[in-house]
Amino acid sequence: MPFIPHTDNDVREMLAAIGAPSIDALFEEIPAALRIKSLAGIPEALTEMEVGRLMQQRASRDGRPLNFLGAGAYEHHIPAAVWAIVTRGEFYSAYTPYQAEASQGTLQLLYEYQTMMASLTGMQVSNASLYDGASALAEACLMAVRAHRKSKSARILVPAALNPTYVDVARAITEGQNLKFDVLPYDTKSGTQQAAALDAYRGQDITAVVVQQPNFFGLLEDVDAIADWAAANNALLIAVVNPLSLALLKPPGEWGTKGADIVVGDGQPFGVPLSSGGPYFGFMTTRMEHVRQMPGRIIGRTVDLDGKPGFTLTLQAREQHIRRSKATSNICTNQGLLVTAATIHMSLLGSAGLEKVAAASQTQTSALVAALTRIKGVKLAFSGPRFHEAVLQLDRKVSDVLEALAKRGIVGGYDLSRQYPDLGNALLVCATETRTDDDIAAYTAAMSEVMK
Amino acid sequence: MQEPLIFTHSRTGRSAAGQYPQAAAAEVPEKFRRKRRAELPEVSELQAVRHFTRLSQLNFSIDTHFYPLGSCTMKYNPRACNQFAMLPEFLGRHPLAPDSVSQGFLGCMFELQEMLKEVTGMKGVSLTPMAGAQGEFAGVAMIRAYHRARGDMERTEIIVPDAAHGTNPATATMCGCTVVEIPSLPNGDTDVEALKQALGPRTAGIMLTNPSTLGVFERRIQEIAKLVHEAGGLLYYDGANLNAILGKVRPGTMGFDVIHMNLHKTFSTPHGGGGPGSGAVGVGERLLPFLPIPIVGKDGDRYRWLDATDVPQTIGRLSAFMGNAGVLLRAYVYMRMLGRAGMQRVAEYAALNANYMLARLKQAGFDAAYPDRRASHEFIITLKRQAKQLGVNAMDFAKRLLDHGFHAPTTYFPLLVPECLLIEPTETEAKEELDAFIEAMVAIQREAEQDPAKVKGAPYTLPVRRLDDVRAAKQLDLTYQRG
Repeated sequence: MPFIPHTDNDVREMLAAIGAPSIDALFEEIPAALRIKSLAGIPEALTEMEVGRLMQQRASRDGRPLNFLGAGAYEHHIPAAVWAIVTRGEFYSAYTPYQAEASQGTLQLLYEYQTMMASLTGMQVSNASLYDGASALAEACLMAVRAHRKSKSARILVPAALNPTYVDVARAITEGQNLKFDVLPYDTKSGTQQAAALDAYRGQDITAVVVQQPNFFGLLEDVDAIADWAAANNALLIAVVNPLSLALLKPPGEWGTKGADIVVGDGQPFGVPLSSGGPYFGFMTTRMEHVRQMPGRIIGRTVDLDGKPGFTLTLQAREQHIRRSKATSNICTNQGLLVTAATIHMSLLGSAGLEKVAAASQTQTSALVAALTRIKGVKLAFSGPRFHEAVLQLDRKVSDVLEALAKRGIVGGYDLSRQYPDLGNALLVCATETRTDDDIAAYTAAMSEVMK
Repeated sequence: MQEPLIFTHSRTGRSAAGQYPQAAAAEVPEKFRRKRRAELPEVSELQAVRHFTRLSQLNFSIDTHFYPLGSCTMKYNPRACNQFAMLPEFLGRHPLAPDSVSQGFLGCMFELQEMLKEVTGMKGVSLTPMAGAQGEFAGVAMIRAYHRARGDMERTEIIVPDAAHGTNPATATMCGCTVVEIPSLPNGDTDVEALKQALGPRTAGIMLTNPSTLGVFERRIQEIAKLVHEAGGLLYYDGANLNAILGKVRPGTMGFDVIHMNLHKTFSTPHGGGGPGSGAVGVGERLLPFLPIPIVGKDGDRYRWLDATDVPQTIGRLSAFMGNAGVLLRAYVYMRMLGRAGMQRVAEYAALNANYMLARLKQAGFDAAYPDRRASHEFIITLKRQAKQLGVNAMDFAKRLLDHGFHAPTTYFPLLVPECLLIEPTETEAKEELDAFIEAMVAIQREAEQDPAKVKGAPYTLPVRRLDDVRAAKQLDLTYQRG
């Protein structure tokens, strides 16, 4: 029997100890009318060899197309050591470190992670993960409402150049709590948020302003001006960032004169494969003054009975298992194993390595943009400084182009035309350090053919 | 054994240089540029590997220890599930890649949806919730959307038994509902009279775990379902304990309208030291229009994503993409390996192991919280007597078990049973392991009688002894400060 160790003799002895005539008798408290005989719709069991063959067939069917798509999930090199350690049973098959003494490995790692994320984002404290970047933004909005006691409006300003799915998710998750999201238009020339668009809200009760750096178009926002506007108008500032970009870019803690209040994002660029969208992890850092409003697990360093240092879950009075209906969030299980990957990834690369990865990604994206915009019918939409994504405008329907590229083994980017019709036939492209000059040449050749 | 913080291994200028490209400098205008590097470790590859390997060795895990954590279903995580989910094609697939290059992956997800419908008796499944609590959120949000779509705006009360997981009331609040708590009877069943009192025109629904967190099956479930439905409410099934009934009874047949499944419990995807989980939701006919997106649909022989154009009344998206896809692939592999008969064996042997441990512990003189009931896949021992007579409480037993090489059961949950240990062995443990645990409990009991201080001081053999939680919360030390 797969994964069940019992011999016939074990079963006999165990039933005798229980005093039950059969295993079936153990289910006698379930009303007979409800019981089922079998699961007819479930296929018969496969052996490991058979299921391996099946999965390889499925995987091969999808193949390994050359990827130039980002839009919130980025293909980076992952050092071999990362997943070799992550999949050690001691990390892989443990659970939430409720028994601190038997979980010091996970707890210390999470403390190290909190330290790294706080430093990277320029903030004071970090939690030990949320589900993903989008749901982290939702939690940040709810947290802002709790933390900003003077604001009664629960009104959040979000830029139109923020990942639109993040806004969808924030709306869906906060729906029962009467938050109001006002979407601010971006400047059509620069593709970025101008402080002038915020001025329409001057003097109003705004709970928080959200800004994404780099924004969904890959462009760098004038975060100092937006941070200062938020501070001047008594709104909290929520920063949504790509953590890799912070190897190059000013950390949110240093934006404007006061810095951001809450920083969130998706940790996927740190050691987490694309893997069809998950599991990734959401991160959140904040100022010490807001720590009691932060959702999710937080690890603290303390001492044991002998005075030896050790690590434990702390500030648990915020959490659902203690506070129940008054908890800061319902989150329980989070994304611990992915945080493990990210912590090992950050340790292997260090700041110097992350800087190189970020720089190489930016360089390759620039090379890609230069090559593609040489093709007739392809032009760059916004020329301002960017990180590793760019918006191209085509002279024909983007979905047709993407389908034709897919037939040539290329995943060509993200079709912006559905969510941003004003941008016309707009395509968001991305090249990370994993795309070689040959890859870019292959994309360019395929695009030339398609655009004929 | 202790391992220093990684920051203490760090030396300026050291790095694992083989891991990254030697690129030219980036082009970042001065005003956007980072001025001072983040303080990440600067270590060699070997130092990093050794550090994190050593940290791993400080953990208890299923692969190294019996881990009978009640309500968490810490069963063996088959290695094949991990290996096949990590085929390079699956790892490299971008979540927004066109459907035309995703048919293999989408096929697995579609079949997973179908299998989950079969085991739960539901009409539709969405795989997108990323953990049990998010599945709960989706469920309650759908219940609210259902009432609102009918113009039934007053229904904002969610009934929750006192034995429920903390996530249940927290979820209800998150969905803008108020929580009405009802008690359990001394025999572990829901107090149906109290339920009748709680039901009314404001009732949105009830959240139940069945078998409950008290380790017993709710025998009056059909009557409860009838009462709630007659009052205009819907029934939410918390799937935390689905392992107990897999292939024996379906939540859909019991009368539930919506269910979340913890795939990291019942379908054995790894718990990862606190996630990732997966909280797929299933719904009956009434809630089908409200399922969270995306969902995998099938047109002829082609699979495609269904979004808001296909499901216009959806409660929306709960994740940036489609949830924890890699976890879903692991669950899919596990279900294919178990097959039809294997799934039923899960519940059978989980129940056998739990009832065996309960019987043996009772024979050894321990007090069962519900001595006259069959255990489901888990059961509760109460140490109220030991706490009163010997001054040795449930936490002391839990900590001493660690010295015996067993992860502690769940302690002090459910809250209504004093000094409780909630014990869930799962079906993958061999009888010898269960016997050894029982012997350890007996040995601790004997020690508690002879030398209670010894038990109260446990653990002694782990990397640290009991930690000062008060200090941790009062003198917050949440990040390492260099210097």
